[in-house]
Amino acid sequence: MMNAMINNVSVEVEDGLTILEAARKYNINIPTLCHYPELHINSDCRICSVEIDGRKGLKTACSTPIKDGMNIITNSPRVLNARKTITELILANHDANCTACTRNLNCELQSLAKNLGIDINRFPSVLERKPLDLLNPSLVRNSNRCIKCGRCVDVCKNVQAMHVLETMHRGHEMTVGPAFDEPLNDQTCTFCGQCANVCPVGAIMEKDNTDVVWEKLHDPSVYVMVQIAPAVRVAIGETLDHENGLISNGKLVSALRHLGFDHIYDTNFTADLTIMEEGTELIDRIMNGGVLPMMTSCCPGWINFAEQRHPNIIDHISSCKSPQQMFGTLAKTYYADKSNIDSRDIYVVSVMPCTAKKYEATRKEFRSFYDIPDVDIVLTTRELSKMFRQMGVDFDLIKEEPFDNPFGITTGAAQLFGASGGVMEAALRTVYEIVNKKPLVDINFESVRGLQGIKEATVDLGGKEIKVAVSNGLANTKTLVEQIEAGTSPYTFIEIMACPGGCIGGGGQPYGTTNDVREARLASTYFIDEEMVCRKSHENEMILALYEDYLDEPNSEQAHHLLHTYYEARK
Amino acid sequence: MKEHKLLTKRFGEIDPFSIEDFVNVGGYETLKKAMKMTSEEIIYEVEASRITGRGGANFPTYMKMRAMSKETGDMYLVCNADEGEPGNFKDKHLMEKDPHQLIEGMLISAYAVGANRGYIYIRGEYQSAVYLLEHAINEARKHGYLGQDICGKDFHFDLEVRQGAGAYVCGEEFALLESIEGKPGRTRVKPPFPTEAGLFMKPTLINNVETFSTLPHIIEMSGEEYGKLGSSFASGTKLISLSGNVKHKGLYEVEYGTTIRQVIEELGGGVSNGQKINMVQLGGACGPIIPEHLLDMDIDNERFEIFNSKMGAGAIIVIDDRFDLFEILLRTMTFFAHESCGKCAPCREGHIQIVKLLQKFYDTKVTYKDYESLVSLANVIHETALCGLGQTSTTSILATVEFFQYYYQQRIRQSERREWAL
Repeated sequence: MMNAMINNVSVEVEDGLTILEAARKYNINIPTLCHYPELHINSDCRICSVEIDGRKGLKTACSTPIKDGMNIITNSPRVLNARKTITELILANHDANCTACTRNLNCELQSLAKNLGIDINRFPSVLERKPLDLLNPSLVRNSNRCIKCGRCVDVCKNVQAMHVLETMHRGHEMTVGPAFDEPLNDQTCTFCGQCANVCPVGAIMEKDNTDVVWEKLHDPSVYVMVQIAPAVRVAIGETLDHENGLISNGKLVSALRHLGFDHIYDTNFTADLTIMEEGTELIDRIMNGGVLPMMTSCCPGWINFAEQRHPNIIDHISSCKSPQQMFGTLAKTYYADKSNIDSRDIYVVSVMPCTAKKYEATRKEFRSFYDIPDVDIVLTTRELSKMFRQMGVDFDLIKEEPFDNPFGITTGAAQLFGASGGVMEAALRTVYEIVNKKPLVDINFESVRGLQGIKEATVDLGGKEIKVAVSNGLANTKTLVEQIEAGTSPYTFIEIMACPGGCIGGGGQPYGTTNDVREARLASTYFIDEEMVCRKSHENEMILALYEDYLDEPNSEQAHHLLHTYYEARK
Repeated sequence: MKEHKLLTKRFGEIDPFSIEDFVNVGGYETLKKAMKMTSEEIIYEVEASRITGRGGANFPTYMKMRAMSKETGDMYLVCNADEGEPGNFKDKHLMEKDPHQLIEGMLISAYAVGANRGYIYIRGEYQSAVYLLEHAINEARKHGYLGQDICGKDFHFDLEVRQGAGAYVCGEEFALLESIEGKPGRTRVKPPFPTEAGLFMKPTLINNVETFSTLPHIIEMSGEEYGKLGSSFASGTKLISLSGNVKHKGLYEVEYGTTIRQVIEELGGGVSNGQKINMVQLGGACGPIIPEHLLDMDIDNERFEIFNSKMGAGAIIVIDDRFDLFEILLRTMTFFAHESCGKCAPCREGHIQIVKLLQKFYDTKVTYKDYESLVSLANVIHETALCGLGQTSTTSILATVEFFQYYYQQRIRQSERREWAL
């Protein structure tokens, strides 16, 4: 423990804290801009500069360790002037047309400028406009808004180990972007969107598709149906002024109906279906000497990563489509057949916590009929929230409603898909009971839950102990993939999620996804699971009926035709 | 007033290409002497000598060495020969005229701290120094002064030359280390300091060419003797790069305690063409500009604290009364705007604005408000920048605001008159 003074308040904190951490413990707020929990301390923006008695110049609170006897001033005119000046300088090289920016009123630079009381910028704009990168279906890069805080570079390099984004050039010409400033789709970018999630301004964002959806909603000739991913319902509340992790399925359904969707379905339904297909595939691979370890295929960021960088292991990936794409296929085949609608008149919108899903929906493999995509358009959690705001949905007043049928009856297992380890847990619940032909005693697999990078568990399948692993974040994935390439992987089944924490921490989720927020979303996910009557995918009666009615049995020819896909090496 | 030749005593006396020449005048003898001492004894001598870093920051050399000697495992020695500061050329001379002196200094340091790998990071423009040092390293290796079992003892050390690619900021220690690692030259956040986690995140002792080159002399004459040279503020000798409008431009080695006027007038022969000294810039582009009446000040480091800056690497640039202050400042700040690495906001975005403001001064289109913005901005960059570049780049502005305030006032009044005339 040590004693120091901050603004003449004596503080006692443990050793090894920075000034910023110590000050926050005592509710002394030091403004920051480039600082982000869980990322490296870059100390690039210098906004958190403070005065330390006896030291020359100002020191940044984020990077300076607090020492015994330090006397720190965080609010002197000298400090405030420095902060103001730096903010003005940043604004002078920033496209500050705030009302034309998606981040308006949700922008860290804007709120910093407001808090510091900047009314007139003393410095003229030195912004040199550059074209936008609009060439990929997932992300838009707008360098004119970039403030070079380094968060996206750090998350891309150190959390995801992708090294797609880097800083280039020097001085005021410094930019952030892929090598040679090429467009993102010429890079081995997985479109995971973590960069967009940590961006303090609007320099990297998802490609906005809300206008197309509004068009379709008001086109009387199409049936517009929407599917909602499990991670969206535990996060969207945050964007509508609710607490972290608010569970909002009921309100979501009714708000979507207000928007004008004809049918509101649940991706959890096809998540259950995925478990049936993937579980059966796993059992088949184990029993018949298939390629092991088998890896999950729900995460499009992971699929991109494997196809681009490790094409030699694509045989390990389950051939199952992701729940989003299974839904799209069913909507345009099964549903169209049953309701006698031309599948060209069905428009499938999906709401995902993910930017890579936007890319996934455009893949040529996912065009079952007439060369129209199975899933027509993907919205992120943030875009749906934008549509709610555009329409003025009041989340407080709105009533709760259940999902529509037939794709609305789901299980607790399916809800787990939103969490890292969830697909694994859901699959084990089913695979265990099918193989061992006896019910699980404890259906909660605690060892695969949580935010650790790589989680392991051992399961008894037919008298044989198999090892399974769960990885979240692409840096950890790399470790597991390299094990497979080296032939040393001890696992039989591996779940991969490209984003830290799984889909609840996806690139399309509300801004400010820190570990605290992830924990809240995880808690809600497991709460929903526990509240469900049915918690195992193979006990979902609608799924069983679907097989009876249309798909024959898991991994049947029909199921293979509709619900499975293939992968290939891509640049 | 005479030079005190210590580091430069062999200049011109020996062929820099010949290790035999160096050995014949007693070269590498000090290394053998040092290798009979313990690590702590050597560091004690360095402490007694009171030597501080000659690259400009004046950090006590023994403190870095002591911190390093406590570390175990892989560690590195790095010589900063990226002499990028405009107006400095001492390292070039040291490397081109007595390269083995530097190698011997590095060997002694490596022996004292326990490092067995070293890099000499030379700026890309110094191709002749690169060539000479590579030659010298090969010669030293052939003669058993580098490599395995140096001088028949259980001491291994080898050196490699790395070249910069023209970035000024790579003279900053962390940017230099990043550059050796093959990354863009951008500084890192401190702490940790290089002696804790430097090159490849291993403990690293990084010193200037002049600092390393001084070490053999300290060991040879003992730290106490060396400490008697110079003044009470700073010990030893300093290489001064004298340039600008003086009769005899060049490199001079003087004891600390010598005044700036002595260097300019007695060694440099004063200003040529009967011009008058108007301004003198000290240390290089990042140093203060002082008026003629302050020239009787010592070149001692601590006395420069009055400008909130330091002597730097030892450049003295004499500017006579033909030159416009704002042209000098504009050129200097354009240089820094170009050389800023872009990592931290005040330096990246600040210098470009300073250039815009100085352009107004230069064009005589300036207002008092612009003056206020300039001073405020110069102060903020100086106080908040991440590395030495931004922290010192505006020194020339801050010093001239203090010493040449009338130039600023005059230019603002001229601008106002110009405005009325239009």
